[in-house]
Amino acid sequence: MYTSLTNRRSFIKKMAAAAAMTAAATMFPGIVFAKEQEAGIPNGNLDWKKGPCRFCGVGCGILVGVENGKAVAVKGDPNSSVNKGLLCVKGYHQTMCIQAKDRLEHALVKKNGTYIKTPLNEALDLVASKMKETIEKHGKDSVAMYTSGQSTIPEGYVASKLMKGAIGTNNLDCNARLCMASAVAGFLTTFGADEPMGCYEDFDYADYYVTWGNNMAEMHPVLFSRMLEQKNKRGAKIIDFATRTSRSSAASDKSILFEPQTDLAVGNAICYEIIKNGWLNKSFVEKHCNLSKGLTNMGYGLEDNYSFTDKPEKINFEEYKAFLEDYTPEKVAKISRVSVKDIKYLASIFGDPNKKVMSLWCMGVNQHTRGTWMNNIIYNIHLLTGKISQPGNGPFSLTGQPSACGTAREVGTFTHKLPKGVVMNPEHRELAAKIWKVPVERIPAKPTYHTTEMFRAVDRGDIKFIWTQVVNPLVSLPRTSRFRPGMEKDSCFVVVSDVFPTPTTDVADVILPASWHIEKSGLYGNSERRTQHWDKMIEGPGETTPDAWMTIQVAKRMGYGDLFPYSEENHVEEIYNEYRQFHEGKKHGMAPLEVLKKESGVIWPYVDGKSTQWRFNAKFDPACSNGEDFHFYGKPDGKAVIWQRPYEPAAESPDNEYPFWLNTGRIIEHWHTGSMTRRIPVLHKAMPHSYVEFHPKDAKALGIRNGEKVKVSSRRGSCVLPASINERGLPTQGQVFVPFFDENMLINDVTLDAFCPISKEPDFKKCAVKIEKA
Amino acid sequence: MPIISYLAHPQDGKKESLINEISQLSSCEVIPAENKDLLIVVTDTNNKEEDEQLKEKIEALDSLKLLAMVSGFDTPKNN
Repeated sequence: MYTSLTNRRSFIKKMAAAAAMTAAATMFPGIVFAKEQEAGIPNGNLDWKKGPCRFCGVGCGILVGVENGKAVAVKGDPNSSVNKGLLCVKGYHQTMCIQAKDRLEHALVKKNGTYIKTPLNEALDLVASKMKETIEKHGKDSVAMYTSGQSTIPEGYVASKLMKGAIGTNNLDCNARLCMASAVAGFLTTFGADEPMGCYEDFDYADYYVTWGNNMAEMHPVLFSRMLEQKNKRGAKIIDFATRTSRSSAASDKSILFEPQTDLAVGNAICYEIIKNGWLNKSFVEKHCNLSKGLTNMGYGLEDNYSFTDKPEKINFEEYKAFLEDYTPEKVAKISRVSVKDIKYLASIFGDPNKKVMSLWCMGVNQHTRGTWMNNIIYNIHLLTGKISQPGNGPFSLTGQPSACGTAREVGTFTHKLPKGVVMNPEHRELAAKIWKVPVERIPAKPTYHTTEMFRAVDRGDIKFIWTQVVNPLVSLPRTSRFRPGMEKDSCFVVVSDVFPTPTTDVADVILPASWHIEKSGLYGNSERRTQHWDKMIEGPGETTPDAWMTIQVAKRMGYGDLFPYSEENHVEEIYNEYRQFHEGKKHGMAPLEVLKKESGVIWPYVDGKSTQWRFNAKFDPACSNGEDFHFYGKPDGKAVIWQRPYEPAAESPDNEYPFWLNTGRIIEHWHTGSMTRRIPVLHKAMPHSYVEFHPKDAKALGIRNGEKVKVSSRRGSCVLPASINERGLPTQGQVFVPFFDENMLINDVTLDAFCPISKEPDFKKCAVKIEKA
Repeated sequence: MPIISYLAHPQDGKKESLINEISQLSSCEVIPAENKDLLIVVTDTNNKEEDEQLKEKIEALDSLKLLAMVSGFDTPKNN
């Protein structure tokens, strides 16, 4: 392809600036360069098109500059209240991955071990016939779909309609199970309604931000920059409570480190102190809260076909108070390695009636074998002090993916979910059947496989057909050392829709070429209940096609055409308008599409032309109807639940044979499994491969030098990586940390498939490993 | 034809002065951070000599505390 000298120099200058930005982002947490976009933008008449960012759950508004049908620039949308024109280093460069040379442009069908380029229509014929044939031979529960918190709302909706409404199986789950399921279970058990009650405007009012196991400087950099702005402007304070010293710790006012899993105990100790010191908001608790306890010693889901159902039992306040006697700061300090002074300090922040406090968390709390409990305990702290549902005061569960909220949680692409409510509830099934125009009996009342169990079922041979979309499970699942061979078995026909080749496409029988983000229209929903729409901005290459349209095409081929009467040109609009019917009313009303097309996102509930910024607070939420200041209307009696949840140890802890904790996670340069960001040259160059972080004392004791190759092994598998000592992050002694973005260093071969028995979300943060020189 | 990017750290309270002074130099582009005392400087010169001279000019600015090179590209004229 011819590139003019001017364009080439302009491109190189942009690369040079991008490299400097990336370097700055790794040195200074939360740094933003709003004017970079102007510097790198080519001259000419660019057509700026609005949309949400492709990466992370913050939901920054972007403007993509299109010239001659190509995306040539990205800048932050100044009209978006989320990011106010700012973007992080990934956001600025997101469209560069489109230019990758190995883009999947055509369907590929595996024949005799070789992938053959195949017309898309033929490939879709094959997918439909295989799916139909499998159902006929083995029953409807032998086929499955596995989608994503990065699927658009229409993509998730048609997947749910195909599986639950048309075929009649609940074999649909998504990768949000790996990141947000504990948050969902926490919301539902405490409030009976999913998603945060507050919004990002809380950042402008809070006096304290307490981050629970959450490296926001790298994972949610634009929100972290909003916290830093308030820190500089108003003296707001950031308290980092974590198991590893990160970029966020460095920028915080105080960093408190705890022993993995003991956040449960520290949370209870905070509750103990709140009550002991008279900081309890008694009238709030009496008016608006119930107290309950559930089953304990639930296990960790390590065995196939594990099942668990909690049995809630009401308790009184004195019983709860007596339970907390086991969590005095003195007792908790012994197991958590958090000093008594620091526990009391944390409690005093929440206990001060004159200070507004936000709690913020994401994977540290959710990817936890007691993740639901940990979410409950954070809510307990806010409910006991009445610091909830008010500007600047509230627990704020952050999302990891751009539409984990909008698609996975709201549309409901989990096995137990429907677009409104759950499959177990007959009224919810009736509503779905009515809108989908299917017999209610077709929607099964029982959930089937959550993610871990779904891939175990593939390995066992119970699932004989699986279609994955917008997801890369053979890098992101826990214990891929079991699931890769499982997916390779001939017993399961594997269809993978994706944009680029990945370790998951490597095991596919059919690869479908998916459109990337801006090559299709869509809608995402972010962490603060904001729904954002975008129109298709550019044409995709070859036969690339939106996942929603491929699902519709397969449904039609399977004989369900009457349920999928959408047109290729307007299917996004038609699907959204159908989906909106599920959420009509003051509690979850969604904005009309024409409003979303004009605005840079709208927060639901959207009532009488207005977003509801703080739910459950009668001043702001028109759905409150109990005549009180607060109304937790997700629960039948309008009261939130304070849960008695104990500390229990992790599923696997270090021992003599495997003496280190393994913690895994992300870094700022790369998004999830790296399939996109590793194809963006500046991000790839900034962090070309994964590594294993050591505490310097551990490295010294093992005789390991920086950069030296080491083998990290567990009872499940091993992974060889270079050592990193005193570089990006600093794990506590006895712990190592590995980013999971690198498909050439598959750390999830090592991790454990233990999960929270309530949410079924795996714990990627804790298992036992040993370290050897490679 | 070298293209170089730098992180430029201003002296305390001198961020705006540094932006103005570097902006006035030819062959330089400045991208200031919104929320930190840090600038990105991208230089685009015709040859190594010009590049050296420009770097010396930047380093001589009183408002500059530290100039750290991040990346460098040297593209031939006919490329």
